[in-house]
Amino acid sequence: MRRIAMLASVAAAGLLLSACGGGSAVEDANPSEASGSVGVFTWWADGSEKVGLDALVDIFSEQYPDVKFDNLAVAGGAGSQAKSVLAANLKSGNPPDSFQAHAGAELQDYIAADQLEDLTSFYEDAKLNEAFPKDLLDRLTVDGKIYSVPSNIHRANVVWANVDVLKKAGLDPAKPAADLDAWFADMDKIKESGTTPLAVAGTWTQVQLFENILLATLGAEGYNGLWDGTTDWAGADVTKAIENYKKALSYTNSDRDTLSDWGPATQLVEDGAAAYNVMGDWAEAKFSQDGKKPGEDYVYFPTPGTDGVFDFLADSFTLPKGAPNPDGSKAWLTTISSVDGQQAFNAAKGSVPARTDVPADKFGEYQKSAIEDFSSDTIVSSLAHGAAVPVAWLNELSTAVSKFGGPQDVAALQDSAASIAEKFQQ
Amino acid sequence: MFKKVKTWGPALALISPTLVLLAVFVYALIAENVRISMTNQHTARPSSDFVGMENYFRLFGDADFQHALRNLLLLTVVFLAGTLIFGFLWAWILERPAFGEGFFRSVYLFPMAVSFIASGVVWRWLLSSLQTDQSGGERTTGLNRLLDSVGLGFLQNSWWSDPNWGIAAIAVPAIWQLSGYVMALFLAGFRGIPEELREAARIDGCSEWKLYRYVIFPQLSPVMLSAVIIIGHMSLKLFDLIRAIVPDANTYDIQVPATMMWVKYIGSDYADSAAIGTIMLVLVALVVVPYLVYTSRQEKR
Repeated sequence: MRRIAMLASVAAAGLLLSACGGGSAVEDANPSEASGSVGVFTWWADGSEKVGLDALVDIFSEQYPDVKFDNLAVAGGAGSQAKSVLAANLKSGNPPDSFQAHAGAELQDYIAADQLEDLTSFYEDAKLNEAFPKDLLDRLTVDGKIYSVPSNIHRANVVWANVDVLKKAGLDPAKPAADLDAWFADMDKIKESGTTPLAVAGTWTQVQLFENILLATLGAEGYNGLWDGTTDWAGADVTKAIENYKKALSYTNSDRDTLSDWGPATQLVEDGAAAYNVMGDWAEAKFSQDGKKPGEDYVYFPTPGTDGVFDFLADSFTLPKGAPNPDGSKAWLTTISSVDGQQAFNAAKGSVPARTDVPADKFGEYQKSAIEDFSSDTIVSSLAHGAAVPVAWLNELSTAVSKFGGPQDVAALQDSAASIAEKFQQ
Repeated sequence: MFKKVKTWGPALALISPTLVLLAVFVYALIAENVRISMTNQHTARPSSDFVGMENYFRLFGDADFQHALRNLLLLTVVFLAGTLIFGFLWAWILERPAFGEGFFRSVYLFPMAVSFIASGVVWRWLLSSLQTDQSGGERTTGLNRLLDSVGLGFLQNSWWSDPNWGIAAIAVPAIWQLSGYVMALFLAGFRGIPEELREAARIDGCSEWKLYRYVIFPQLSPVMLSAVIIIGHMSLKLFDLIRAIVPDANTYDIQVPATMMWVKYIGSDYADSAAIGTIMLVLVALVVVPYLVYTSRQEKR
C-alpha cells in the first residue's frame, strides 16, 4: 500500500515537474528517508567554530541515527581557502551534499552559475517562513526564491576591549566612546599609557575594520547606499570615512599583515597587549572558552558611532545541484533549522540563532543582548563577509584596502573603490 | 610500405599513449585556457562572448598587475643572485679536499627536501614584521628578535610587509631552500673537470686565481646556465611559498602574477585569471625554450 502511495506521489511529482518545466527531482527528496552519508562542506575547522559544528553533528546523529556525517571542512582565511576548494569542486560537477555560504550577496554567484537548488518548498515543508524573522528572509530571498538555510546570525560591528588596559589608561570600561572622534581620543590615551590601542590582523580583518569605519561615518543609510549605488563613492563623506580609517590604522599593531587570522588579533586583547579589537561576535566564544569573564576581563560594545545598527552576516547551508544524497542534504538542513540544532550550535559558537523561537535562557550574557539587538536594531549587511556584495567585488575592494595599508593614499583608495563599485553596479 | 611501418610502427605505438595524454592534458588545456582568457567570463555568471585581446591589454595597463610584474622581476633577480652566490660559494669550498665534505654536502642539500609549504609556515613566523622598537615590541619574534638579541637590532625590518621591497624578503627562504641544489650542480661541474687540466695549468706557472679564471670558470658556464634556467623558471612560477608565508591571499605587498591569478580565480574572474596564466606561460617559455633550443644544438654538434 505504502509503495503504491509512494509511486503515486512520485508520479504526481513527475507531472508537477513536467508542468512547471524548471523544477527538479530534488524537491521530492525526503529527509525522513535519509540514509548513507552526508558530506557537509564548511570552513569550521578549528576553535569555537569546530566546537559549534561538533555540537550540531551530535544533534544530527540523534535526529538521524542512520545517516553518517562526513566532515569536509577546509581551514583558513575566514573561508577564502574553503571557497576556492569549493569553487573547483562545483565547477567539476562534484558538489558536496551541502555547503556553507554566507547568506546574502555571496550566494548570488552560486545562483548565477546555476549551482544551487531552490529551497522554497523545503521552507514551506519545514514551516521555516514563520520561524525566521522577516528581515532575514528578505535578505535571503532572490527573485522570490530562497536558496539557503541560515544556521546562525553574527554581528560584525562589535568592539572587544581589555578591562585592565582601559583602566590603566584611565578610561572607564563601562562607558564606551559615543562616536569615532571620542574613540580616537580614548586611543590616544591608551597609546600614551604604552599599549597598542587597536589590534587588527590580515587583509580580511582590515576590510572588516574599514567596513565598521564606513558604517560609523556614513550611518546605516549611507552605508547601504554604497552597495546599491545611492551613495556616491567619490563623495566627500567617503573621503572623510577613509581619513578616519587611516587614523584608525595608525593606532594598530604594525605586524597586522603577519597575523594569520582573526584569532591572534583577538588574543592580543585577551593578553592585554592591545586595548581594542573590532571583530565579529565569534570572538565571544573565544573569550569564554579561554575562561575570561565579561565585565571583569573584557567588555564589548557596538563600534563607536554604530550604536543601534546591527551589521549582520549569517552562515547558511545550501543544497547544491547534483548533490549525491539529496535526502541526506535535507536531513542536514532540517537539523540546522530545528530549534534543538540552532540552540546547540549557537550556544557553542557564540552566535545568535536565526530562529526567533529558540529559548534564550540557555545562552550567555553577550548572546542574550545580541538576540535583543537583532530584533530591535537597524540591520545592515556586512561587507567583509560577503553579505553586502558578491565575492568578486569584495575581492577587488580587499586588494585595494590591503594596498592602502602601505602608502595610505586616501585618494587612491577612494578612486579604486569608486571604479570597482562602478564596475559591479552595472 | 609494410617494411617502413615495421620500422617506425612499434616506436609510434610505444610513444602514442604519452602523446595522447600530453595532447589532452597539456596542450588541449592550454588551448582551453587561452580561449577562456579571450572571453568576458569575469563573474560566476556563465558568459563566453569573445573579446579578443582586450583582457590582456587591460591587465598590462592595470597598475596592480604592473606592480605584480615588477615584484616578479625583483623576486627573480634576488632569488637568482642569492642561490648562485651561495651555491657557488659552498661548492667552491667543498670542492677542495676538506674535512667532512660528505657531511656538509648533506647539510646544505637537506633544505631542498622540505616542501615550500612546510618551510613557509616556519618562515612566516621567522619573518614576522614586528620590531622591538615599535609599540607592542615586547611581542617581537622570529628574525627581528634574533637580530635584536645579538646586537644587530638596526637590521630589523618589516620583511615582506612593504609594498616596494617586501617581495625580496620572500626570496630569503627560497634562497635558503635552493642554494644547496645549485651547490650540487656546481659541485658536479667541478668534478667534471679533469685533474690533469689543473696540473697542466699549474705546471705552466698559472696562479691559483688565473687557474680559476681561465681554466675552471669557462668550463662551468653550462652548469651556470642550467642553474639560471632551473631557478629562473621556479621563481616565475613561485606560488606555494608565498601562500604559506603570507596568510591572506589578497595582500597587496607581495602580489606576483601567480598569486594574482589565484585571487582572480577565487573571485570568479575566470577570464582575467586565465589571461594571467597565459602570460605566465609565455614568460616561462621565454626562459625555457631558448635553453631547449640551445641544448639540442649542443647535442647535435
